[in-house]
Amino acid sequence: MVLDRFRGMWVVFLSFFAAFVLAIFSLPDFLPDYIAYARPHWVALVLFYWIISLPHRVGLVAAWISGLMLDVLQGGLLGQQALAFLVIGYIAASSYQRMRMFSVWQQAMIIFAAIFVAEMILFVIDFMTIDRTWKFLYLLPSIVSALLWPWVFLLLRHLRRRFNVD
Amino acid sequence: MLGFSVLSLFLVLLDHNSVYLDDIRGSLNILVTPIFYVAEFPANTSDALSEMFSSRERMQEEIKNLNQHLLLLQAKTAKMASLSAENARLRDLLGSSEKLEDNVLVAELIGISPDPESFVVVLDKGKRNGVYLGQALLDATGLMGQIIEVSRYTSRALLITDVSHSVPVQVNRNNLRLIAAGSGRINELELNHVQDTADIRVGDLLVSSGLGQRFPVGYPVGIVTQVTHDPGQPFAVVKARPSAHLDRSRHLLLVFTAEQMAARKSQSRELDDGS
Repeated sequence: MVLDRFRGMWVVFLSFFAAFVLAIFSLPDFLPDYIAYARPHWVALVLFYWIISLPHRVGLVAAWISGLMLDVLQGGLLGQQALAFLVIGYIAASSYQRMRMFSVWQQAMIIFAAIFVAEMILFVIDFMTIDRTWKFLYLLPSIVSALLWPWVFLLLRHLRRRFNVD
Repeated sequence: MLGFSVLSLFLVLLDHNSVYLDDIRGSLNILVTPIFYVAEFPANTSDALSEMFSSRERMQEEIKNLNQHLLLLQAKTAKMASLSAENARLRDLLGSSEKLEDNVLVAELIGISPDPESFVVVLDKGKRNGVYLGQALLDATGLMGQIIEVSRYTSRALLITDVSHSVPVQVNRNNLRLIAAGSGRINELELNHVQDTADIRVGDLLVSSGLGQRFPVGYPVGIVTQVTHDPGQPFAVVKARPSAHLDRSRHLLLVFTAEQMAARKSQSRELDDGS
């Protein structure tokens, strides 16, 4: 049955929705400004998990669409996050068999590399269009995302097993 | 993969160099509007909850304060009414057109740009409420910014302290015309190309001059906080603090000015004729 084949896909959609909310959530006023630089790449983490665990369901098209939605949400140039997400999606989709053999911290290293490359793409586009200058603070999102990966991984794996997503 | 990458790059270039994608962005924005509301839910609810649980005495205290404030404002308005009538009479005598009152629309903040280097806010009013591109945004104390993107239910505004924003101003004391550019820090404006001999002092009020026909005339923009004359520099270094509470106000005003509406109408007519 069709319903049976897409069992639990709502979990996937819900996790993406939560990631989008976390991506634009405004921080409370009392926090210092530079905390905003450390905001992890939530959508990329969720996307990465679903690509390596359900490669036959979530792939590059999902990556591109979620990047485009992030562009609209954040008000940047249409297509720049989409391009960055394609790269993350490509890294995940081409290494999912290896990723499954790794420990979570080894996976976190790959996550760091993938998000770092994506951030560089975003920076180069910003550099060419709005003359943004380089700061080492731009490395924070990839570091924080990599550190958060084990917990995101465990949470999403728990949800996947609990609701039997396939 | 390659096809999608080329498509993304094409979109980036098209969006950077033209306005063709604005409509598509507008429709996509409708899709993501629920995400804005969910993301702002905690901030809104915490306000509502603190209201619900504040004590009776505190409420009474607040009402008393508000009533006093209202009385003060009413007294000021009463004086204003006679002054504005007088102003209109004098303008009549001079033969210049009467300055019409501006209409405003109250909007609520529903999102802030997650990028710490761009000062962009999302408002809960859109095309449906008549919001248009370039419309001026105020709070109770001064000019905040302008609308840069309109979709059906929401719109996005650029604040005056963003690095890519500048606003034409004049010093209220002597009508000296200047340009106030954003500095990239939320509470600082930089005044460009101020002559070393220019008459400008710390504490001067800057108001919008209306030149460039984007912002209405006479709204407070900022107060000069620093004037430095450095002989090594061609111009004086002048900094100002915005009058509006750029990082605190949640309830904002969108201004509809009569002149601007007329200008927009004639502009769209020209465009229609041209095509």
